[in-house]
Amino acid sequence: MVERNLTEAIAKNKANIDAIQAKSGVDLKECYQCGKCSAGCSMAAGMDLKPREVVRYLQLGLWDDVLKSNSPWICASCHTCVARCPHNVDIPSLMEAVRQEAKRQGIVPVKEVDVFTNVFIDSVKKNGKLHDLMLTGMYNMKSGHLMQDAWAGAPMLKSGKVGLRPHTVKDKEAVRRLIKNSLKRGESK
Amino acid sequence: MSRTGVFICHCGTNIAAVVDIAKVVEKAKSMPNVVYVEDNKYTCSEPGQQAIKDAIVKHKLDRIVIGSCSPRMHEPTFRKMLASTEINPYMLEIANLREQCSWVHTDREKATDKAIDLVRMAVAKVAKNHALFTSSIPVTKRALVVGGGIAGIQAALDIADAGYPVTLVEREPSLGGKMVMLDKTFPTMDCSACICTPKMVDAGQHPNITVMTSCEVEKVSGYIGNFEVTIRQKATYVDHSVCTGCGICELKCPSKVTSEFEQGMAQRRAIYKPFPQAVPAKPVIDAANCRKLNGKAKCGICQTQCPQGCINFEDEDKLITNTYGAIVIATGYELIDWKSIYGEYGGGQYPDVINGLQFERLVNASGPTEGHILRPSDGKEPKSVVIVKCVGSRDPNKGKGYCSRACCMYAAKHAHQVLEKIDNAQCYVFYIDVRTAGKAYEEFYTRTLEDGAIYVRGRVSKIYEEDGKLICKGEDTLSGQTVSVAADMVVLETAMVPAAGVEKVATLMTISRDNDNWLQEAHPKLRPVETHTAGVFLAGVCQGPKDIPDTVAQASASAAKVCGIFSKAELQTNPMISKVDIEKCSGCGDCAGICPYKAISMQDMEFIEHGKKITRRVSTVNSGLCQGCGACVAGCRPGAIDLLGFTNAQILEEVDALCL
Repeated sequence: MVERNLTEAIAKNKANIDAIQAKSGVDLKECYQCGKCSAGCSMAAGMDLKPREVVRYLQLGLWDDVLKSNSPWICASCHTCVARCPHNVDIPSLMEAVRQEAKRQGIVPVKEVDVFTNVFIDSVKKNGKLHDLMLTGMYNMKSGHLMQDAWAGAPMLKSGKVGLRPHTVKDKEAVRRLIKNSLKRGESK
Repeated sequence: MSRTGVFICHCGTNIAAVVDIAKVVEKAKSMPNVVYVEDNKYTCSEPGQQAIKDAIVKHKLDRIVIGSCSPRMHEPTFRKMLASTEINPYMLEIANLREQCSWVHTDREKATDKAIDLVRMAVAKVAKNHALFTSSIPVTKRALVVGGGIAGIQAALDIADAGYPVTLVEREPSLGGKMVMLDKTFPTMDCSACICTPKMVDAGQHPNITVMTSCEVEKVSGYIGNFEVTIRQKATYVDHSVCTGCGICELKCPSKVTSEFEQGMAQRRAIYKPFPQAVPAKPVIDAANCRKLNGKAKCGICQTQCPQGCINFEDEDKLITNTYGAIVIATGYELIDWKSIYGEYGGGQYPDVINGLQFERLVNASGPTEGHILRPSDGKEPKSVVIVKCVGSRDPNKGKGYCSRACCMYAAKHAHQVLEKIDNAQCYVFYIDVRTAGKAYEEFYTRTLEDGAIYVRGRVSKIYEEDGKLICKGEDTLSGQTVSVAADMVVLETAMVPAAGVEKVATLMTISRDNDNWLQEAHPKLRPVETHTAGVFLAGVCQGPKDIPDTVAQASASAAKVCGIFSKAELQTNPMISKVDIEKCSGCGDCAGICPYKAISMQDMEFIEHGKKITRRVSTVNSGLCQGCGACVAGCRPGAIDLLGFTNAQILEEVDALCL
């Protein structure tokens, strides 16, 4: 195990960590590391840093570790951690802020999550609402998992769960504007 | 022409670090009536006080202004000092340069300007001060103790042993409070009942103590030395003056009710003694559950069976009024209702998830299982026990933000008892911190570790049932591993919260509460048992979570304060009270309605007006009751009332000094 120089870490990353606190609305000092979040997290098994550890690393200024961590990408934002947290630390909001910052710097530890998000937004932009078949098709192509869940395609088409043609909305332009505005807002935040 | 002396205190660096003292001194020299100015490192110190005394003589001062800390702490100090000089103690004004200036400002220049303004106002005010004189009131040497737990018992015994009569009021049918429910006490593992019940008996038999159980304080009026208190004696339907406590009625009563004393894990009858060693050892009838009294059946079996004929179904609540010189409040605590806030722990759906007090009863030889630790659900011995600390404590989101202070120690005690009483038991303690500040406490905790208790640093996230086991999921934050324990029983060490009804007691005695409803002491360090109502003292957990040793120490401290009052034949009253100018008073009576202390009454007085004798109603102030709050002054339309020490003339002078 490598020894970490905390003096350096905090000096170097203070600005980044202050920014992430401001953006997520989370006060890292609130957390006293009881671990109730990690223990209740349904996604913790797939995370390299458990939710409590993400907070701890940020408290210590170990910013790069968190930026490279897959945890913010794995987090499903189910909010079980917030509901149980004695100090109401909004971990999903923290995870999201880290995820956005990582992506801005081109760090995408879990490619699939990024691909899925993009494909999802594209589908909604195009049709005004989600088209499942396009989503799965595009996702499988772009992620490289070509045959993922392909077996389910035929039975679902047959039973009418998914359709070949997308459902659309009356005013697609309004939905596009909605997405554009919220993206712009997220940028300015 | 008055001669004012101004003394500016540095308070070490408390004031001097933010306020430019030299500049304040320089400015003060040119203020009206000021003939002498001096600054001191610590004005409250002995040399600081001596400097004032010397200046009074040397410069023939007749008024003093001190620029220092808040008057709350040291105004009495300086008044006492002035009492030994030529100057009347009320020819003093304090400019608060610390709490209201240096502690709350960072800008040195602006803070200095403000300090100068504060001193200028005090100098202006003191010019209008008049000499005031205290008067004395007699003291009723009888104490009232509210709450019959270990705190109330200890306070009552100490006051009674000093030779003063005490009334000990308890709302439950027996003395004992929470301590008598406990099995053992940390860190010595004394049997709790064995050390608590003798004190209960002592209190019950003490010639100076009147024990009033099933009683609640209904009304309080008056003031230190002379509180008039009305106590409601709730109907018990049993004549305790005749009852011998034989217990036949209890055996024969057909109504079974969940026992509060056994924390819902056993039953009692509708006519009952809460527990065998109850003081007084006589039963009462719980009217809500008695078949005769709630009208569900004719019953009355207890009445026919009682050999002494002491059952009286016509019994009614009685109001008893008496005068007391001092009051000790020892209303204690209860445990937080975890079931309504911790859904992730089952919210009460699993009978084997219990709280600490239930565990105490389970492990107690006189409890529902005769001291065998058995699961409430099926009566089997649990082999794996999980103890969860800080349930409701240190949890501002769901419970309370504070630490309940005693749980770390009794959790260690519970773990020790599990490992001692159950063969091949496993005990896991989930904790966030282990706090063992107390004599022999750390050693006790270490012993529990040696006993084999496994401490896991983390909060339990969820408890659910699977295959007859209670699965506790948490993270051991030291290893970074999420863990789960399959337990047979879970003990939640829940937060202490003030006893229900504490708001009523606080309102009756006009004492303040903090954000969590704990009763507020007058000063967190230097006046820990006093309240802001003179003559009312606090003992035990009602003031904040604490363990038995601290509770007993605080109870004895409050008893010492009560004895201090009783050692004097008379008490000095505060002369800073309201004064009515009867010439101006229109007799409207508004002030009497406004006064929160019931100190103002209306009286008919004779006047000569235009040569004729007439009778007019005017208001008069009772100097013993008036607390000098000034509400009547603000409410008086003709402007007939003035508050001595804060007269309208003084306050206007201050305003002029600041604004003109």
